[in-house]
Amino acid sequence: MRYTFVVLVENKPGVLNRVASLFRRRNFNIESLAVGPTENPEISRMTIVVECPNGDTDAHRLEANLYKLVNVIDVQDVTHLPTVTRDLALIKVKAGPERRAEVNNLASIFRARIVDVAPDSLTIEITGTEDKIESMIELLRPIGIIEMARTGQIAITRGTQSGIRRMPGLSNYYETTLDMSEVAF
Amino acid sequence: MKKKGAQILWEALVREGVEVVFGYPGGAIMPVYDAMLDYPIHHVLVRHEQGAAHMADGYARASGKVGVAMATSGPGATNLVTGIANAMMDSVPIVCITGQVPAHLVGSDAFQETDVTGITLPITKHNYLVTRADEIARVVHEAFHIARSGRPGPVLIDLCKNAQFEEAEFDHYPPPIRLPGYQPVTRAPLHLLQKAARLINQAKQPVILCGHGVLMAGAEQELLYLATKAQIPVASTLLGLSAFPASHPLSLGMMGMHGEVHTNLAIQNSDLLIALGMRFDDRVTGVLKAYAPKATKIHIEIDPAEIHKNVYADVPLVGDLKLVLQDLIPLVEENDHSEWMAQILAWKEEADQRSIMNWEPDGKLHVPHLVREIWNATGGDAIISTDVGQHQMWAAQYYAFEKPNRLITSGGLGAMGFGLPAAIGAWFANKDREVWAIVGDGGFQMTAAELTTAVQEGANVKVAIMNNHFLGMVRQWQEFFFEKRYSAVDMLTPDFVKLAEAHHVPARRVTRPEEVQEALQWARQTQGPAVIEFVVEREDAVYPMVPQGAALHEMIQRPPRQRA
Ligand SMILES: Cc1ncc(C[n+]2csc(CCOP(=O)(O)OP(=O)(O)O)c2C)c(N)n1
Repeated sequence: MRYTFVVLVENKPGVLNRVASLFRRRNFNIESLAVGPTENPEISRMTIVVECPNGDTDAHRLEANLYKLVNVIDVQDVTHLPTVTRDLALIKVKAGPERRAEVNNLASIFRARIVDVAPDSLTIEITGTEDKIESMIELLRPIGIIEMARTGQIAITRGTQSGIRRMPGLSNYYETTLDMSEVAF
Repeated sequence: MKKKGAQILWEALVREGVEVVFGYPGGAIMPVYDAMLDYPIHHVLVRHEQGAAHMADGYARASGKVGVAMATSGPGATNLVTGIANAMMDSVPIVCITGQVPAHLVGSDAFQETDVTGITLPITKHNYLVTRADEIARVVHEAFHIARSGRPGPVLIDLCKNAQFEEAEFDHYPPPIRLPGYQPVTRAPLHLLQKAARLINQAKQPVILCGHGVLMAGAEQELLYLATKAQIPVASTLLGLSAFPASHPLSLGMMGMHGEVHTNLAIQNSDLLIALGMRFDDRVTGVLKAYAPKATKIHIEIDPAEIHKNVYADVPLVGDLKLVLQDLIPLVEENDHSEWMAQILAWKEEADQRSIMNWEPDGKLHVPHLVREIWNATGGDAIISTDVGQHQMWAAQYYAFEKPNRLITSGGLGAMGFGLPAAIGAWFANKDREVWAIVGDGGFQMTAAELTTAVQEGANVKVAIMNNHFLGMVRQWQEFFFEKRYSAVDMLTPDFVKLAEAHHVPARRVTRPEEVQEALQWARQTQGPAVIEFVVEREDAVYPMVPQGAALHEMIQRPPRQRA
């Protein structure tokens, strides 16, 4: 099953490599990984979607191993929580003037936008959940996709609730121990 | 005050309490070697950088302090790799400092440039690429902190040459640490301690599993107290040996693949395992699905990633073993398990009948006997460093370790070539103590050049080469599991006596049992290093043995009264 982790790391060179290397080393397959800055310039946020064949057991293992990286500050499992998740795709389709209306129609159904028009192609920008983007891609396929770029998922929990923080590897045994306001920089 | 980066490095090392550094110079670290002359730290010039890493490792294990190894960029750094991986697998605190090409050349394939932080990423606890002099003090302090705290391990600092030359302010030490993501857990919550204590108090057939963590945490007294208070027998992993006195009536000796019969049977029949600072390695458990099926498991361990990794822990207690045991012991009641102990002793008596120790002398040299002789000669109080192979298992089985940190051996990595350099490192940790390296003819040849290092340093290290003219352990596996089809294990060995003498080390060859004691006394009385080559029985095998994929109680035992 797929798990989604939100990982806060120190914004330093090489940290992405450490995290990616850990997944390789521990034999996990990353489905998508998105990194970006946070409101604190010294912290970056990663959203990692990963296949965990053994469910929660694997999730524990990953969390515990992520915490072993000195630069990893916080790991939250948001898989089972209400979240807003978004992926952004830019899709270039082969469409001359005769098919523009059709593509335009599709785009508006999905609340996507046409962001570039050329004599024989259109580029569509769509944001949304993975499912929504996948359905749009399926409908565009027969028309002819020339090229596509996707950001990978980012996720944030709804409301003030945060993700599950198992103290490394120990489900249910420990309460959250890390108050982010106490993280000294 | 302004100082050069290279000076700041040594200032910091002095303040971290470093007394000795094992290393090898080269272009990219020359400023550091130049500055070194002005500081009160002893440098040991090794013959190969692998030796430096293993010496730092042996030093750390014997002293409980952080060991330091140093090398130049490129080939110097890559030669350290085996030693770093070894320290990682066995959780040994070492700091490795490597030179690197100047920062502006990093990434350009400059002369002797290797991506050392990249190469060592998965085999270090953490590593640093330092490009500026003003980072050095903080990085060194963090490196020592990370290496020795939590679950210890190797930390590497790759130091660009420009940072060694450039000047920076150096005022106060230690500088503040900024490691927001690094907060090792040290104590376990009360409700879990209570749960563990309840289980311990109710158990009928409990066994304590003593791992390397007991030694690393310095929790030998706590272990002794727990074991005696509740009268629970103690089995050790290879790396846990020496944490609990072998002569203690509750001591079961070594568990696992070459563990003793009664020890493995005790574990398999136990109703409660109390695992202390160990990680249920496959060499310890046998096949997992048949491991200690009736036992509830309490796992006390500093590294949360080890919890549930191989064996599900019914009660996981994450924290510093010493502190957790101190919290736990008052909750544990005095107890008596004499019935259980009697059962275990019955198993032992049965197995002992096959022990090689009960053989009639057959005029040949057998490593188990030699290990016993070394024990006798040294009063059981030497630091024993081993290489990897059959002799390693025999040393573990037959040198009855009484006091902590007397066994220094490559467990997790099983790196041949470890024995001699680790012994030299251990001697530096405690120059008054007798240090013996027990090595095989194969592994010894991998790092034999360190003999001259020992001579140059006056290191009082005795080397016992157990020469069976075979890569013995591999030969044993071929005998047991490959129909005795010997492939690439028959080894022509050099004349070890001449080899030692060429290294300025006095040496002797022993071929008959009646020469053994005298040779051992000769070596002990020799000032500085000495080598004895024991020409031993060629095709002896280490028993008992749990074949890979078998359950822990499915041991191959020594055929009764076997004569080779
Ligand atoms: C660097 C390295 N290469 C290969 C091995 C595999 N290996 C394990 S034990 C062994 C044989 C060791 O032979 P020797 O040093 O003569 O010791 P013995 O087993 O005969 O006591 C080998 C080759 C290893 N552990 N380490």
